[in-house]
Parts: sequence; C-alpha cells; structure tokens
Amino acid sequence: MLRTLMPRGKPGHEELSAGDDVGDLSFIQPVSNGWTSQSGVKGTVSGSYNRLVGSFFIVCWRGLAANMPTVGVRRELLFKALGRAYTDEEFDELCFEYGLELDEITSEKEIISREQGDSKAAGASDVILYKIDVPANRYDLLCLEGLARGLQVFKNKLEAPRYRRVRPVSGESQKLIITKETEAVRRHAVAAVLRNITFTQERYDSFIELQEKLHQNVCRKRSLVAIGTHDLDTISGPFTYTAKPPGDISFKPLNQSQEFTATQLMSLYKTDSHLRHYLHIIEDKPVYPVIYDSNGIVLSMPPIINGDHSKITLKTRNVFIECTATDLNKAKIVLDMMVTMFSEYCLQPFTVEEAEVVYPDGKACIYPELAYRKEKLSSEFINRKVGINESTEKIAQLLTRMCLRSRATGVGDEIEVEIPPTRSDVIHACDIMEDAAIAYGFNNIIRTTPHTYTVANQFPLNKLTELLRQDLAAAGFTEALNFALCSQEDIADKLGKKISETRAVHISNPKTAEFQVARTTLLPGLLKTIAANRKMPLPLKLFEISDVVLKDETKDVGARNSRRFCAIYYNKSPGFEVIHGLLDRTMQLLEVKSARGDGYHIQAADDNTFFPGRCAEIRASRSPPPRCNQPL
Amino acid sequence: MADTGVAETLLRWVEKADVCLLPAVQVISAELRSSKHWELTGEGTEIAEQGSHEARVFSSIPLEGLAQSELMKLSFGKIGFSKAMSNKWIRVDKAHEGGPRIFRTVENIEDQVREKLLLVQRGNSCELEEKEKNELKKRRLLSEVTVKSYWITKGSSFSTTVTKQETELTPEMIATGSWKEKTFKPYNFEAMGVALDCGHLHPLMKVRTQFRQIFLEMGFTEMPTNNFIESSFWNFDSLFQPQQHPARDQHDTFFLSDPALAHEFPQDYLQRVKRVHSEGGFGSQGYKYDWKTEEAQKNILRTHTTAVSARMLYKVAQQEKFTPVKYFSIDRVFRNETLDATHLAEFHQIEGVVADYGLTLGDLMGVLHQFFTKLGITKLRFKPAYNPYTEPSMEVFSYHEGLKKWVEVGNSGVFRPEMLLPMGLPEDVSVIAWGLSLERPTMIKYGINNIRELVGHKVNLQMVYDSPICRLDS
Repeated sequence: MLRTLMPRGKPGHEELSAGDDVGDLSFIQPVSNGWTSQSGVKGTVSGSYNRLVGSFFIVCWRGLAANMPTVGVRRELLFKALGRAYTDEEFDELCFEYGLELDEITSEKEIISREQGDSKAAGASDVILYKIDVPANRYDLLCLEGLARGLQVFKNKLEAPRYRRVRPVSGESQKLIITKETEAVRRHAVAAVLRNITFTQERYDSFIELQEKLHQNVCRKRSLVAIGTHDLDTISGPFTYTAKPPGDISFKPLNQSQEFTATQLMSLYKTDSHLRHYLHIIEDKPVYPVIYDSNGIVLSMPPIINGDHSKITLKTRNVFIECTATDLNKAKIVLDMMVTMFSEYCLQPFTVEEAEVVYPDGKACIYPELAYRKEKLSSEFINRKVGINESTEKIAQLLTRMCLRSRATGVGDEIEVEIPPTRSDVIHACDIMEDAAIAYGFNNIIRTTPHTYTVANQFPLNKLTELLRQDLAAAGFTEALNFALCSQEDIADKLGKKISETRAVHISNPKTAEFQVARTTLLPGLLKTIAANRKMPLPLKLFEISDVVLKDETKDVGARNSRRFCAIYYNKSPGFEVIHGLLDRTMQLLEVKSARGDGYHIQAADDNTFFPGRCAEIRASRSPPPRCNQPL
Repeated sequence: MADTGVAETLLRWVEKADVCLLPAVQVISAELRSSKHWELTGEGTEIAEQGSHEARVFSSIPLEGLAQSELMKLSFGKIGFSKAMSNKWIRVDKAHEGGPRIFRTVENIEDQVREKLLLVQRGNSCELEEKEKNELKKRRLLSEVTVKSYWITKGSSFSTTVTKQETELTPEMIATGSWKEKTFKPYNFEAMGVALDCGHLHPLMKVRTQFRQIFLEMGFTEMPTNNFIESSFWNFDSLFQPQQHPARDQHDTFFLSDPALAHEFPQDYLQRVKRVHSEGGFGSQGYKYDWKTEEAQKNILRTHTTAVSARMLYKVAQQEKFTPVKYFSIDRVFRNETLDATHLAEFHQIEGVVADYGLTLGDLMGVLHQFFTKLGITKLRFKPAYNPYTEPSMEVFSYHEGLKKWVEVGNSGVFRPEMLLPMGLPEDVSVIAWGLSLERPTMIKYGINNIRELVGHKVNLQMVYDSPICRLDS
C-alpha cells in the first residue's frame, strides 16, 4: 500500500504542526559512520578503477573464492621438485592451465613486515615464497609434495606413483582398539604407519603444515576429523581409543612441561589463539576422547591436543598416524592423504604400513584403504561433453596426465580409468570428463554456439516494475535502493509499530543489529536515505520499487516476497499534494480511474507512523482489476 | 540624448556595461586610466589650519600651568594631552594643590604633523616618505584616493544615436517583424545552463536494466526470483552441496529463527536427493555421509539465485516432455560475511542458465563469449575451477587493456548429473550456467570506491543525480 508520508516518529515529536519542517528526522538513528567526503571519492576514482579491476566482478557462485585454501611453498624447493626453474610468468601460466592460482609472490620477511612491522621482520628469511590457491576439493595439492607430483605428472615428466599398503616386516601390525565409550563423542578412528621415514627440516615443516591444511578444510576445523601423528618408537601398541570424563584424563600435552587434567586443559586453552577454536567440539560432552598406548601413555586427546611424550621430531623414523572422526569417509580420505603425500620419504617410497582398527563389536578393519577404483567410460562421452574430437588413445593419455591412469581397453572406444586414493574428488564420470578437458586445455576447446531455440519472456512483475520506474523518474522522483535487511527497530519502534504486528521474518544469527529482520516496508529505507543526504538541496523526492518479505504460512518456506512501491517527499513544507499527485499519476499510468467503487480513492486513516490527520489510505476496487498482479 | 551631460551619460554607460563588451559594439571605445593621490581628511584639514591637537594643548598652557580638568574641557584636550605627554612637551603635577596641574616642559615646539599635512595640502605629498604618509593615514588625517577615468574615443561604428539592445526575442517582435531592425544582446555561452528539476534512476538499477536487456536479446527468459527466503534444501541440497559444506556454516549464511523451517518438499525428489548425497547413484559415488532432512528444512536467506534455477529446472523436469530452456535472473542474494568497502551482506547476482540436449563445454564458452561481447569484453579465457554443483567449472577471465593482465569477470560451469538426474531431467540433457555480481561492474562503470555509496541509505544522492546513462558496450 502506498501511503502519503508525514513521518511523525515517536511520542515527543507529536507537537509538530503542519507548518513545521517535516524533515525533522531526528528520530532516525544517526548513521554511525560519517560520509566519505566527496573530494575523497573524486580524488581516487582513477586509482580505484585499477584497484577494483584487479578483483573485478565479485564471484557469486559459492564454494570457490571464499573457501579456496592457499598453500605457501618455497620457490626454490618447488622448482627443485619440478626439475626446472620457471619465470614467475611461466609458473603463473602453468597454474592457470591446471586450475591453480599463483596468488602472491612473497617472502617470510615480507609477510612478517606487513603484519607486524619492519622491526619484527629484521631477522626473517627472505627466501621467495609462492602462495598458491588450490581448488577446495583437491586435498592432494595441499602440500609441496602433492603439488609437485601433480604438476610433474601433468607435464608428462613423471608417472603417477602407485601407493601400496604393506604388512609390517615383523608380521604384527599396529592395533588401535576402539571402545564403546567413544560412541558418545567421536566414534570413528583410522590409523596407519609410515615406516623408516627420513625427515629434513623442510619435509617436517611440510608434514605439519599439511595436517593444518587438512584440519582447516576437509576436516572442517577438526570437527569432522582430527589428525594425530606420533613417534612410534616412543610408544607401544596395542593402542586404545576410548572416552573418559575430563577429570579422569591427565597427561603432559604437547609443548608443556607438566601434566594437566582434561578439565584444566580446556580452561588453559581458552585463551590460546589457535586451540580455542576447537574446544567447542567436545566441551559440553560428558566424556572426552583419548588415545592410550599399552603402558597408559596418552597419545592424544582428539580433536584438541597430542601428548608431549610421543611428539615427532626430525629424528623420528617411524610415524604412527591416527585420525579420529565423526565422519568415517572423511577420516579415510584424510588418512590416505597423509600417507600418500609423505610415504615418498620412506625407505621404500610410496609404501605404507597397515594398521588394524578393532571396533567395539569386535569387527576389525585394515587401514589405510588406499583404494584404487576402476571406472569405464567411452571416449565418445568425453568428446561429446567437452566438445572435442580426440581419439580414444589420446583421451586416455590426457587422463593419465591428471593422475588418472587410463588405457583404451580395445573394446570399441572404451577407456578404463583408475582413480587413485589421492583423487577423492573424482566421484562421477563428469569429474573424469573435466580432467580430460583440463589436460586438453580449456582454451584449446573451440567455442561453439548452441542451437537452442527459445523465445524470451520477461517475468511480468519485473516487467511492470521496469516500466513504472521509468515513468516515476519522469515524474521527477529519484530512485533509491535500500537493503532488504534491517533492524527490528527500523520496521517497528521507529515507525511507532510493534514488532509482533509486522509479520516480519527473523534472522537467527545476525552479526549486527542491522541484519535482525527482513524489511516489511520500504519506508524506513527511504527515511534513512533522506537522513543521510541532508546536505542535498530541497526538495528531495525519492521512490523505491522493491521487495519486502512477509511471513506467509501458505508458502513452503513460510514466507513470501511482496513487491512494494514507496515514495517520499521531503521539504520545508509538508506537500501532501505532491505525494498525492504522484499517486494520481501512478494510477493514471496503471489505468486505474479515480472513482469510488470502480477505481481508486484515498480516505483518511489513522496510523501510528504518520502525523494525525495527515495520513490517508489508498483504496482500489478490483473490478475491473488493475493490470498489475500485485497490490501496490 | 541631450547635449548636456553627455560625458555623464557616457560615464554611466561605460561603468554599467562591461567595458570589455563595448568595443564589440564598436560605438565608442573606452580606455580605463586610473591614478592615485593623497588627500587630507576633515580632521587633517583642521590640523593643517589650526595646528595639531598636541600643539594646541601646548599653546593653551600658560607659564603658571593649567588644571588638568580645565584642559580636558577643550575639544582637542584628550587626544592632544597624551600625544604632548609622549612628545615630552608637558608634565603633570599630580600632587598640586587643587588637583593635578599641567606645566610646559619645553619652551618651544615644532608642530611636525601640521607641517607634513600642509605639504600634502599644497600638493607636495611626494616630499613625504611612504612611512610618514601611512602613519598619518593611520591617524585618519590622510586618505589615499583613486581616480578612475576613461579615455573615450569614437568606435569603428560610431554613431550619435544609440539603440538599446534587446535581451530576448518576443512574440510581438516576430509578429510585427521588428526583430529585423533590432540588435540583440549577445548570449554568454561560457555560462552553464540552468540545473533542471528532474527525477533519476539509480545507477545500479540502470546497469541491471542493461544486463536484463542483454539476456532478453539473447532469448533468455526471466526467472521469478522474488523469494528471498529459501530452504536449505533448494539452496544447497538440491545443488548437491553437502550438508557439512563450509558455505552452510552460521558464519556464512543467514539462518531464520522465524519461520525457522520449511515444511513442504516434493517427497520423492527429496528421497532421491538424500540418496545421491548419502549413498550415491546416478553414476555417482555420493558423499557417503548421513544426510539429514532436518538440515535441509532449515530456512535461510538465499545465498545465491541458483536456488531459483534449481526450482526452475526441477519444474522443467516435471514436464511430460523436456523442452530446451534458457533462463536468467538478476536479484538479491545474502551472505553473513564480514563487511568491507566492496562487500555487503546483500548483493545482486546475475545468472544465466541454458538446458538442452547435448550441450558441450565448448557451447558454454561460446555463450559466455557472446554474453561478454555484449558487455564490451571480447578477450576471454577460462581457468579450471571448483564449484560443488558444476563439473566442469570454469572461472572466466578477461584481458584488461589498462592493467595489461587477465582479471576474473565471472564463474561458470556445467551442472553436475548428481544435481540434474534426481530432478528427473533426461540423462542426455546438459545444463550450462554462469554467474557474476551486478555491483562490481557498476562500481567500475561509475567509478565508485565504496559500495555503501552505491547501495543502501548512505547512498550519495548527488552521485545518483549525476550518473550518466549506462551503455555497457562502449
């Protein structure tokens, strides 16, 4: 409904008379942040153009930009692993082709200097670092080892290694026994052993860093999976994964000099900038997960902290890896990633010693799974989906370059593709198809025009809106564009209404009061626009045609949008006739006659938002219905 | 014009009219000549005649002295007394019987002030130093006078009769034809025109109109996106976005407390979505997790208009026979994100979708090429990317001539079979789609730094008034 506007505000402003400046909008909360000065804007336009273009259009599609993990690697180490040096431009190009992004070329010194100032950076290393953005589903590219391996295979310089699970030479595999108590908090666990591994400082750093990257991504900040790595030579199996009341768990945690109970630890880590983010995962549970060795030594209290006793060092030769989880599938993926990435440094590269996990029901499983899966598809499928025309052999070669070892089976155009344990992202033939397209080169694909014949239609409500907006501007009113979200106050108290009367939908997790509800009326936005533009010459004539949101039980989601038109006239004198004139013009545009009965008319109404006696409601009869489908 | 006062009239004329304009008329030419000289003020003239105040004080004091009160009664008493004191011509005996009494301290005085003023009066002011003249000016005894004069000569079209120039053409002049004989005052074409009283469309909406136009030109039908509230089911699950995906986090998405849950879902479709997430199927391994209806029921403010695309594609799948469609939408989406100069909690997403048999990745690139050409962007290349609901996924980059580098302009992909097949779309139907934001191209187009000056109530209305029309391809 369009209402003629005479803002009254809250009691105390009621003594305003018709001659008063109706523009007294002091009841509207002053905008908290001042204007960016005009000159400031003008002065930086040219500069900002370039700056903005750097990131150009915001990428709307979810999933990529915000969650894309960044991996930092030392350039020299990367080039050593790649077997050649690249210029920054060449490497950037390679990344682009493979679906990575060379986000930044920097150094430790530069990072510290930027974050903490030059003085702190004095002694830091100025070795060049590449910060590389990795697609969120490619966990196998989250460390130097995986990145180099992937790129080497892509460049045909290396055959993808084959990861093998082996039985221990002694014949007796490490055993992790899960007790029933874990069911209350974190029921899954998997484990494996990296035997005869050789760490260097760089490898060790990368090993720790990969755990952190996995924790942040696939492990969903340790809530789904938590990784613990231990020096196997300091502990002795079988290991027990159980859960106990926090008071009953006591051990010396990593990098501490004394023992703490789990209860004490939780309060100790409350202020830890890193660990405090994980406390909530188990904090309110009656029992906390804990892993013991056969001598009662605590390996870890997942997902919070490992024990100090079994911590790995540069000298560690045998690593026991355990992953505890609420999602078994993710735990298997994470374990596979850890062992496939670092078994490279074992005496027998790419072999992983198995571990046995025994469930409370007595069932035993061998981990890591390191499962290779075979898929069969036709080259015709790939050619058809990508829009290329390559031979079966060529497509098999393309896929092999993406670490998906493939071969033409000889049966027609069939290709057998082997999906390695490192490629958990491949879950459908379309994923294989994409890899073929990447190896072929997206930019080598010929751009074609689909033959799809369609006739365009406008959404009638939007069509009406577009047409009406033009004519309202022609009537001398200026279009405003306000947020659909606002505070409860904006749509209730400040308009003299009760929030319960508004039919507003409420947001459960707003970060600030600005996002408490979806607006139920366009009026507050226009009033706030005026309040923020009081330096402008009068009169201000504004309008907005946009959606508000109302609860509606007849809809599947319990709410619906409603398209509204609101206009406001702001001047030293009230000018009811101006807004009334705009209404008449609008109705003329909509072919609704001014008449009681068959048409529209206005009549006095009482509304808390408006000055007494200065408010009218618009009544229109629906026969014949106006051409718009929605009430205005 | 009478003979008398010609000079006067001329002067008035010259003074009133822009002197610079007169030569253009060429009736007369006037040359401005000005000179300066010093004159005595009224007080200065009095001193020149009768002596300075201090000299008059001195001379009015007899040898036996004069009571101060008597002196102060004289017109020059007050000013003269202090000056004479500072010249040390007189002294005061405060202890004198019958009140303070003033005595001469010197026998003779030299009245320099008077001498100087007399010099000026005689027209010999040049004999005084600038400093001395300024001092006398400060005492308001002298003033500097500027005399403006015009040296007037006949102009090239000199005439003894002067016609008044007309300022505006009137209907009468046209009717009578008198305009032919009249001369008109020339317009000042250097001045700006009058600011008009007009309404304006918002720049973001102007850009929206253009994007809408482009889609319509390309035969795309507009989707009904007027539903800001969406269930997690349509926003995420139907798009094969797993329930533990970070985008579904409280930190990224606005959830609703009222109405908190959505209630109606197409049940058999929901079951198929559940199966493809938790167990796989339709050729997929699935995500292998425990898919929960309760999670799908949660109402949110939609995070992308792709939720509407999902609803529309589901609808297409329910038709008896599949018919190809091309859809677009431009509408608001919401993210519970940290806000800065380029990010708001709500923005407009532009989305295009094509569903047909046998669409290829090459087709997607071709459509994108056509779309961006209409925006004036012709040099495109594509980078492999990851989206949960498209495979392949491509980021669209355009070459920026100014920056001499490739910049990202959009995101695109082919919808996953795990999304399309549970809806019931035929297996050989492919759906290609792309998305970008409306705000960023608008900010670039209109040179706006801070998104808050463009969208929301803190908008700079002057910017709205001043913004030019929107032609994206030029």
